Amino acid sequence: MKIDVNGEGKTVTGTTVSEVLAELGWGEARVATALNSEFLPKAARDSTALKDGDRLEVLAAMQGG
Amino acid sequence: MRDFYGVTLDSPLMLGTAQYPSPAVMEAAFRASGASVVTVSLRREGGQGQAFGEIIRSLGVHILPNTAGCHSAREAITTARMARDLFETDWIKLEVIGHADTLQPDPFGLLEAAETLCAEGFKVFPYTTEDQVLAQRLVDAGCRVLMPWGSPIGSGLGLNNRYGLKTLRAAFPDVAMVVDAGLGLPSHAADAMEMGFDAVLLNTAVAQAGDPVAMARAFGLAVQAGALAASADPMPPREMAAPSTPLIGKAWL
Repeated sequence: MKIDVNGEGKTVTGTTVSEVLAELGWGEARVATALNSEFLPKAARDSTALKDGDRLEVLAAMQGG
Repeated sequence: MRDFYGVTLDSPLMLGTAQYPSPAVMEAAFRASGASVVTVSLRREGGQGQAFGEIIRSLGVHILPNTAGCHSAREAITTARMARDLFETDWIKLEVIGHADTLQPDPFGLLEAAETLCAEGFKVFPYTTEDQVLAQRLVDAGCRVLMPWGSPIGSGLGLNNRYGLKTLRAAFPDVAMVVDAGLGLPSHAADAMEMGFDAVLLNTAVAQAGDPVAMARAFGLAVQAGALAASADPMPPREMAAPSTPLIGKAWL
């Protein structure tokens, strides 16, 4: 399926958010997620299924004031 | 001494992590400053985030994630929820920006976001102006810390409205207050502390100094000096001179 990850189009085979994160190399990474502009908690990633056209945001700690 | 949602800070200095020449300089500046709080943002993971997160956690100080760059309450609320999930802290530096040039807070969006986040158990540190009415609304919403700006973010202008800041400080004697943004020199930080503020938050003044580590130390010393001065009950200023050396016993020459 085709989804949008951090603004880039990706073709993924995983069906849940957890599977897709692992597929993209973020299996063990400390990240925060939002799906279609809504916050998606860590605890919900295993049970949240993705569908074609979904927009996933994957954020991490970054420089800030 | 006022606390920050039950936390007493070792140093009244909160330091940002952006714009340093390198991560190593940032880390050294942090250690030199003695800061007790570090601010961080959340951005799209592009390969740098994991290592950066490790450095932040290794500083061993309180982490205050921000919602920098958010221009609506909705964006700020979602960012705050993501920050809590990532950093495992209820603390959030709430920024809802209202104007691109001044980076001035949007008071309406700020209040809306603060109400939602306080109700969700967040410990909100709102980046606000010195407006007393807004401050009261934020306190009513559940904010126990206020962070009025000194001057626009990154400007280095210091305390742009000392009268406004002074009256705000006096109006909420029980609320911890941090002067956030616009400080350029350690003397600005000392000034804020002498006025009775509980901490200062800065970034650019240290990160963009020619020698960030030395400037970090200077700010660390300045906030200590200012806090000590505030607790030492400063003398009231007067318009006319008053001789400090006694006149009695002066020779007839």
